[in-house]
Amino acid sequence: MSEPVALKLTAKDFKSDQEVRWCPGCGDYAILAAVQGFMPELNVPRENIVFISGIGCSSRFPYYMNTYGMHSIHGRAPAIATGLSATRPDLSVWVVTGDGDALSIGGNHLIHALRRNVNLKILLFNNRIYGLTKGQYSPTSEVGKITKSTPVGSADAPFNPLSLALGAEATFVARTIDSDRKHLQSVLRAAAAHQGSAFVEIYQNCNIFNDGAFDQLKEPATRDDALIRLEHGQPITFGKDGQFCVVHPPGGFGLEVRETAATPAEEIVVHDATVNDPAYAFALSRLPGLDLRNTPIGVFRSVQRASYDSVVQEQVAAARAAVSETPEEQLAGLLAGGDTWTIL
Amino acid sequence: MTKQIRQLDRVVIRFAGDSGDGMQLTGDRFTSETAQLGNDISTLPNFPAEIRAPAGTLPGVSSFQVHFADYDILTPGDAPNVLVAMNPAALKANLAELPRGADIIVNTDEFNRRNLAKVGYTTSPLEDGSLAGYQLHPVALTSMTVGALAEHDVSKKDAERAKNMFALGLLSWMYSRPYESTLRFLERKFAARPELVAANIAAFRAGWNFGETTEDFSVRYEVKPARMLPGTYRNITGNAALSLGLVAAGVRSGLPVFLGAYPITPASDILHELSKHKKLGVVTMQAEDEIAAVGAALGASYGGSLGVTTTSGPGVALKSETISLAVALELPLVIVDVQRAGPSTGMPTKTEQADLNMALYGRHGEAPVAVIAPKSPADCFYAALEAARIALTYRTPVILLSDNYVANGSEPWLLPDVASLPDLRVEFATRPNGEDGTTFLPYLRDPETLARPWAVPGTPGLEHRIGGLEKADKTGDISYDPANHDFMVRTRAARIETIPVPDVEVEDPDGDARVLVLGWGSTYGPIGAACRGLRQRGLSVAQAHLRHLAPMPANLGEVLRSYQRVVIPEMNLGQLAHVIRAKYLVDAVGYNQVRGLPFTAAELETMLEEVVKNV
Repeated sequence: MSEPVALKLTAKDFKSDQEVRWCPGCGDYAILAAVQGFMPELNVPRENIVFISGIGCSSRFPYYMNTYGMHSIHGRAPAIATGLSATRPDLSVWVVTGDGDALSIGGNHLIHALRRNVNLKILLFNNRIYGLTKGQYSPTSEVGKITKSTPVGSADAPFNPLSLALGAEATFVARTIDSDRKHLQSVLRAAAAHQGSAFVEIYQNCNIFNDGAFDQLKEPATRDDALIRLEHGQPITFGKDGQFCVVHPPGGFGLEVRETAATPAEEIVVHDATVNDPAYAFALSRLPGLDLRNTPIGVFRSVQRASYDSVVQEQVAAARAAVSETPEEQLAGLLAGGDTWTIL
Repeated sequence: MTKQIRQLDRVVIRFAGDSGDGMQLTGDRFTSETAQLGNDISTLPNFPAEIRAPAGTLPGVSSFQVHFADYDILTPGDAPNVLVAMNPAALKANLAELPRGADIIVNTDEFNRRNLAKVGYTTSPLEDGSLAGYQLHPVALTSMTVGALAEHDVSKKDAERAKNMFALGLLSWMYSRPYESTLRFLERKFAARPELVAANIAAFRAGWNFGETTEDFSVRYEVKPARMLPGTYRNITGNAALSLGLVAAGVRSGLPVFLGAYPITPASDILHELSKHKKLGVVTMQAEDEIAAVGAALGASYGGSLGVTTTSGPGVALKSETISLAVALELPLVIVDVQRAGPSTGMPTKTEQADLNMALYGRHGEAPVAVIAPKSPADCFYAALEAARIALTYRTPVILLSDNYVANGSEPWLLPDVASLPDLRVEFATRPNGEDGTTFLPYLRDPETLARPWAVPGTPGLEHRIGGLEKADKTGDISYDPANHDFMVRTRAARIETIPVPDVEVEDPDGDARVLVLGWGSTYGPIGAACRGLRQRGLSVAQAHLRHLAPMPANLGEVLRSYQRVVIPEMNLGQLAHVIRAKYLVDAVGYNQVRGLPFTAAELETMLEEVVKNV
């Protein structure tokens, strides 16, 4: 897909003429700037890039990108993008969605896009709240969340978006944070390079309805002890001085956090995003609770599987390879198929 | 023994049996043999939604009716002249529709006490005299089939299952049908198991020979070929014709066809058929749900394909939000609704026309779309092409309202010359259309069609954003301006209202009719047959049939007002009649029935006779 010649595009080339209308201070600004800043790296002509979104604050995103774009309907962006990707494998198709859009009303389309491995880059802005409808709890809000629609606290348990994506056997799963531009762009880079569905959860601050939801992962005083920065091929240790590590206790199903000093080096898990069994990445996704302690960021899983558009187009190409007639001739043959009779 | 041969001009045969007895296949083969002979044909399959209802019960009865004649016919026939009943349930379920004197061929092997009791017969109708008014032909179909296959290397079960071929052989003999195509069919169907090919052919021949030798059947019938236009024909169901119409639309537009669909009765056969045509660039996707099916189709249209989704009523309800998005985006989209009896799951294998209101109005906001309906199985081909033409030319969703009756019914189809099919080529936008020569205005319209440019991703210089939010005229930017919204709503309405559609044609051979029968969709056949019946008896009646339901033909108001009485038969509670009354202020009266079955010509004739005589 990439052009052999450098296109020499800049972030500015990806800014549309539309006024950006998120609330001042919204995390979406940082994500937009990071994406616009990253896009030139793709070295894909702007006309071959499409952003498709659903409904919600994050879904205004396509209006601000000077590419092709569609602001569609609530939850349906993955379905619409699937039809586009299946028929236009030449395009770079990105889906922008939020926690309500992707995990509530559009949950079905999300998991099926991931299971099909449609060649989409799905950016899920997770702010754990409904912003556009002014502050109801979302499917990622913590239990007991007090909002306009849950004055005495929400009663239902949230989704863990990455666990859900991994349950659907997504081939690429990653998490990043709105405020860490460098990390965000590194994840976008890896996602863009992936052939198939790339699912990226971006922790995003809604400063109006759920301000500070991810502060623990951002404040210099707390972030180092809370964040696990995953790096492929590296032992998983974290904390200001690397004092914590991740191990796979014998007899258990999951992963656990231990103190590095008390753990033999060979017991520390070495991160491997290419493990085919999604159970490993799933275990990683279960490390943090809703209190955000032990939150891994980076690429959890990146494995190869034929993408939906490539299989669909291969079937069409294989069927066509054997054909020598023109479409009109084929159609005439098709119409006259089966038992026919002639009246003179 | 030399058999007497009697000439008939038309015959209606109904094959009825248990869902597992292969009645659909038997009827299909008989139809194919009949088509080869050159009779005009119309068929009506009728089967339960259950794949295998309990054997031998009334709900498990499946039937296939075929009407063939030496002249052109319009319906599968009201009442059968011949009933083939493979078990007591099949007899009981169909007897009420059988006129006195009709032939009944029964499989006596199934008329045992247990099977009789299952359907509430206390005595056998074969022996208690209750069938005295009919020509009863008791035939031990199962045991004779098993006997005929004694030397064959097949299990008893497989031998018994071949009894439908015995019945087909007997009927083929009775009506002097050419059977070579059936033998070829059996060779294809059981290619992997040669012993079954031999057994089924032997069963067929045994049935044929039984007819020839038994004294019970003293008469053989002939129905001469119908006088039909010269050309090559095939027998085709509505679903097959509709599928081929969509494939043809792809070829004639030069665009790839993309079908997004979720399995639903009675539309699934379109998905099955289209999935076979990859070499013509047709891509099919079995989506996770109805919403994704239409969403993917819209996504494909956005990318420059002809996006299509096929479903039935409940599916259209789910797709409604996406259809409204397509109205706002002004992109081509074909939505096929093969209507079935509703509401909810209703009667999924039975027909109805009750989705008209939903097609016309079933969306949020002012969201007009074009709506068209085929009038017969073969017409589904041309209706699909017409739906594609409107969708592509006017960049709009088009709802195609088929129904179970035309979808599963069949008739001979005079194959068209591919070059004579409409040219559906479209031009994508390739360069900026703004006055400054560099700006692209995605909502700047073609003054004639009011269509906006179709600028597909991948076109340099035309990068733009579209969406469900109201758009400013020309620029397509988000707009909350009151005057702009008012303008855009009216423009979207005008876009549909000004699509040129052919005038409605009136069939009034006597020229002095005072009553007009107006129909739409699959009621064409029964209405036409009823009108013929009246005219043969010296009564004048005019018939007009609507293919375009939105927009309606420009001459319709004038036509309606030139008759003293307008009658609208519909398989719903008066949905078209309501529209006609509201739109044209004409005192149209409805004739309505929702029994899951098409009208019979006879009942319409009786009803119309009353109207004609009282005007």
